[in-house]
Amino acid sequence: MDSLSSVILLPLLSAFLILLVPGNYRVIVRAIAVLGSGLTAWIAASLFFRFQPGHEGFQFESILPWISVGKLSLAYHVGADGLNIGLILVTGLVGFASVLVSWNIDRNPKLFYILLLLMIGGALGAFASLDLLFFYFFNELALVPTFILIGVWGRGENKTVAAFKITLYLTLGALIALAGLLLLHVSIGAQTFDVIALKTLLSGKPLSSTLQNWIFPLLLFGFGTLVGLFPFHSWAAEGYAAAPTAAAMMHSGILKKAGLYALLRVALPFLPDGAAHWLPVLAWLCLGNLLHCGWVALRQKDLNLLIGNSSLAHMGFAFLGIASLSVIGITGTVIVMVAHALLAALCFALSGYLESQSGTVDMTRLGGLLRRMPVFGTLMVMGFMAGCGLPGFANFAGEATVLFGSWKSLPWIVVAASWSGLILGAVYMLRALRSILYGEERKELAAVIDLGWWRRLPFALLIAALLLFGVAPSLLSRRIEPVAKEIVKAATNRSTPSRVAAVVVTP
Amino acid sequence: MNYSLIIVEITAVLIGLGVLMTDLWISPTARKGLGYSAAVALGCLLAFATGSLAPQHGLGFRDSFVVDDLARFFKAFFLFGAIVVILMTVEFSSRIASGLSEFFALVIFALVGMLFAASANDLVLLFVSLELITVTFYILTSFQRNRLASLEAGVKYLILGAVASAFMVFGIALIFGSANSTNFRVIAAHQTELATSPVFLMGLLLVLAGLGFKIAAFPFQAWAPDVYQGSPAPATAFLAVGSKAAGFVLLIRLLTQAVPQITAEWSRLLVVMSAATIIYGSLCAIPQRNLKRLMGYSSIANAGYLLLGIVAMTRSGSTAMLFYLGGYFFTVLAAFTAMCALAEHVETDEIAGLAGLGRRSPFLAASLTLSLVSLAGIPPMVGFFGKVLLLRSVFESAPGHPDLYLLLGVAVIGVVISLYYYLGIIRSIYWGGNTPNLTPIRTSLGTKVALGTCIAGMVFLGIVPNGYLRIAETAVAGMESAVGGLKSPAVKKVSAH
Repeated sequence: MDSLSSVILLPLLSAFLILLVPGNYRVIVRAIAVLGSGLTAWIAASLFFRFQPGHEGFQFESILPWISVGKLSLAYHVGADGLNIGLILVTGLVGFASVLVSWNIDRNPKLFYILLLLMIGGALGAFASLDLLFFYFFNELALVPTFILIGVWGRGENKTVAAFKITLYLTLGALIALAGLLLLHVSIGAQTFDVIALKTLLSGKPLSSTLQNWIFPLLLFGFGTLVGLFPFHSWAAEGYAAAPTAAAMMHSGILKKAGLYALLRVALPFLPDGAAHWLPVLAWLCLGNLLHCGWVALRQKDLNLLIGNSSLAHMGFAFLGIASLSVIGITGTVIVMVAHALLAALCFALSGYLESQSGTVDMTRLGGLLRRMPVFGTLMVMGFMAGCGLPGFANFAGEATVLFGSWKSLPWIVVAASWSGLILGAVYMLRALRSILYGEERKELAAVIDLGWWRRLPFALLIAALLLFGVAPSLLSRRIEPVAKEIVKAATNRSTPSRVAAVVVTP
Repeated sequence: MNYSLIIVEITAVLIGLGVLMTDLWISPTARKGLGYSAAVALGCLLAFATGSLAPQHGLGFRDSFVVDDLARFFKAFFLFGAIVVILMTVEFSSRIASGLSEFFALVIFALVGMLFAASANDLVLLFVSLELITVTFYILTSFQRNRLASLEAGVKYLILGAVASAFMVFGIALIFGSANSTNFRVIAAHQTELATSPVFLMGLLLVLAGLGFKIAAFPFQAWAPDVYQGSPAPATAFLAVGSKAAGFVLLIRLLTQAVPQITAEWSRLLVVMSAATIIYGSLCAIPQRNLKRLMGYSSIANAGYLLLGIVAMTRSGSTAMLFYLGGYFFTVLAAFTAMCALAEHVETDEIAGLAGLGRRSPFLAASLTLSLVSLAGIPPMVGFFGKVLLLRSVFESAPGHPDLYLLLGVAVIGVVISLYYYLGIIRSIYWGGNTPNLTPIRTSLGTKVALGTCIAGMVFLGIVPNGYLRIAETAVAGMESAVGGLKSPAVKKVSAH
C-alpha cells in the first residue's frame, strides 16, 4: 500500500473498526479515532516533507483500474503535486485536531466518530484524487455525515434549518459542478475522467470557445457554491454556527477548499477561453465576499457567526488570486487555502472550548476571561491576530502574495480587498478579543476552567503550523510555484487572444 | 415446440403450486417454515437460472418467446427479488390475518408473470404476462382484508389497472390490424412502412400508455401513492421492484427492439414524459407525512430517472438503466425490509413514528438511512453511480437535441428536491421530535440476513460496480446483436432527421 492511499484509507478503516466496537465501550471508540486520525496526520506530514519541490508532474502516484466496460474506463488514480500536497497536510492536521477537541462528546460517541472519520477520509480522498469522478465521489462522502452531525450534536435553536440549508446548498452546488464535469467529459469525447488523460486529449483538440463559455460557469458557480462564493454563501455562517465544533472545523477549514481546488485543477487549465470570459465576473463577485461578508461579520454578536462570516471574507482573497490569473496570485491562493484551513479550524476550536466552559458564545454576555483563562486567552489572541493578517502567521504570507499578484491586472479590486480584508478584519477581530477577554469579569463566568495540558495539544498543533508557514512560507511556495506556472500557462493558452490576456501574461 | 426454453418458468409454477398444496397438510404454525422452504426452492432455481445449465439463447413458440442475455439478466433479477420479498413476508406475517401460504403462492405467480415478461417477444405474450402480474397484484395489494386502507388500495389498483389493460389490448388490436402481426421481429422488419400508418401509431401510443401505468410514469402515475400506502409492505416492495422492472424490460424490448425508428422520432414525447414524471414525483413527495406514501412518490420520480436511459436511445443509456434498476432493487428492498421489521414495534406508518429509531435500533436506523442515501444518489451507495451513468448517457446524446439539456436540468433539480424529503426522514430517525418510547427493538435473524445482503449489495455495487456493469453491458449488447435495434448516436441522428 503506497503512503498516499494509506492516508485516505486510514480514517475510513478506523471508521469501519469503530463500527465493529459495541457502542458502550466509549474509551475504545475514542482510542481508535485518536490513533487513526493521529497516524493519518503523521503520514500526511511525512508526505509533505518527503515531497520533492521543484519537480514537474505528480509524486506518490498510484493507479488502480476500477471500471472498464464498453467505452468507459475509470481508474482510482491518486497523486500529489504542489497544489494538493499542502492541503493533504492540513487535512491530516485539522482532522486530528477535530478528533481531539471532541473528547467531551457524550451522546452516542460511536456514531459521532464514524461520521467524523468519514468526513476526514472523504476530504483526503478528494484532494488526492486525480480522477474527477473519484474527486466528486470522495467530496460527496462528507455530505450526509455533515447533515447528521449538525442535526444530532449541533448547537442552537435552528440547527435543523441550518442542517437542511447547508446540505441542500452543497448538493445543488455539487450537482451543477457535476453537470459541468460530465459536459466537459462528453464534449472532449473522453472515455475517462482522469485529469492527466483529459489534459492530453484537450491539448490535441481544444474545445470550441462557445462550449467553454457554457462549461466554465457551471464549474465556477457549482464549485463556487461549495466554497461560499457571494451570492451563494448564505448557508455557510449559519451552518458553521449550528455545527458541532469538530464538524465546523472540518467544514470551514477543509471541505470548503475542495471547491477552490477543483477550480484550480480543472476549470482554469482546461477551459482557457471560458476563464477569460468569466474571470472578470469572479473578480467582482469576490468583492462581495470581501466587503459584504466582512461587513456582516462586523455586526455579529455571536462569536461563531463572526468567525463564519470572516472565513467567507477570507475566501474572497482566494477567489481574487484565481481571478488574477497570475503565477504569483495563484501561488498566493494556494497559500491562503492552506493557511485559512488552519486558521478557521483554530478559531472554531477556540469558540467551541469557550462555549463548553461559559455556555454561550454571545459576545455581549462574555468578558474579562483572560484573567481566568490565561492560556486560552493567549491562544485566542494569537489565532485572532493571525486572522487579522499579522505578519509571522501564514495568512499574512498568503494574502500579501495574492494582493501582489493581483495588483497588475485588477488594481481597484486590490485596493478594496486590502481595505476590507485588512481593516475590516482587524476591526471585528480586535473587537471580539476586547469583548471576550478584556473588560470586567462577570460573576456568572466564575466557574470557567483554563485549558488543561492535554487539551492544549490540538491548539498548539494548529498554531505551530500557522507559525511555521508564516515564518517560512517558502516551504509552501517552492512546492506550489511549478504548478501555478503550469496552470497559468494552460489557462492563458487561448484560441482567441484578447486584451486581458495580454496584460496578464508577463513572464 | 422447444419446452426446455421455459424450464425456469415451469419450475417456478410448480414451486407455487407446491406451496399451495403443502399448505393443506401442515399446521398453521408451520407456515413460516413453508415461506423459508419456498425461498430456498427459489434460491435453487436462481442458481440454476444463472448457471450454465439453463437455456442460454433461443427463440421459440412461433418467435413469441426469446431467451437472450437481457432476458436472463431480468430473470435473475426477478427471482432474487421474489426471494427477498418472501423472507420479508415471513417477518411481516403477524400482520397478515389469514392465508399466509396463499400470499407466498401469489408472490410466486406474480414472479412467473415477470419471468415471462422478461422473455416476451410478442405483444400477446407481453399482454398475458402483464395481466398475470397485475391480476395477482390486485389480490396482493388488498391482502389485509381487515384494513380499510388495504382494501382501498386494492380497489384503486383494480380500477386503474383495468383501464390500463383496456388501453393496451385496444392498442394491440390496432397494431395487429395495421401490421398483420403482433410479433416484435415482424414489426421491426416493417417499421419504416408502419411509421406512416396512423392506426399503427395510435396503437403503439395506447400500448405505451399501458406500460406507463406499470412503471407509474406521468400521466399514468395516479395509482401509485394510494396503492403504496395501503398495501401490505411486502406487496408494496414487490410492486416497486418487480412490477416496475417488468414494465421497463418490456419498454426496452418494444421501444428499442421493435420500433427504434419511431422511438427516435418520438423522442420529444419521451423527454416530456420523463421530465414530468421526475417533477411530479419529486414535488408531490415534499409534503408527505406517511413513509409508504412517500415511497410511492419516490418510485414515481425514480421511474422518471429510469426513463432517462430510454430517452438517451443508446447502448450506454440502456446499460445505465439496467445498472440503475439493479441498484434500485437493493435499495428499495432494504428500505421495505426495514419498514417490515419496524411494523411490529411502531404503530403508525407516519414518518414521525420513526422518532427515536436511532437509539431504539441503531441497525435498522442505519439500514434505512443508507437506503435513503442511496435513493438520493449520494456516494458511496450505488444510487450515485447509477445516476451518474444515466446523466452521462443523456449528455452523450444531447448535442443537437437542446430539449435534452432541459431534461438534464430538470433531473438535477429533481435530485436536489428528493434529497430534501429523504433528509427529512433521516432527521426523524436521528433527532425527530419527542420520543416517548425508547424500548430497544430486536430484529430477527431473517431480517438481519436480508437487510445485510441488501446493504452489502448497495455498498458493493457502489464501490465495485465493474462486474455488474459488465453484466448489464453484455445484456444490452446481446439484445442488440440479436435484432440490431440500438444504433450508435451518430447513426441515430441521421435517422432522426
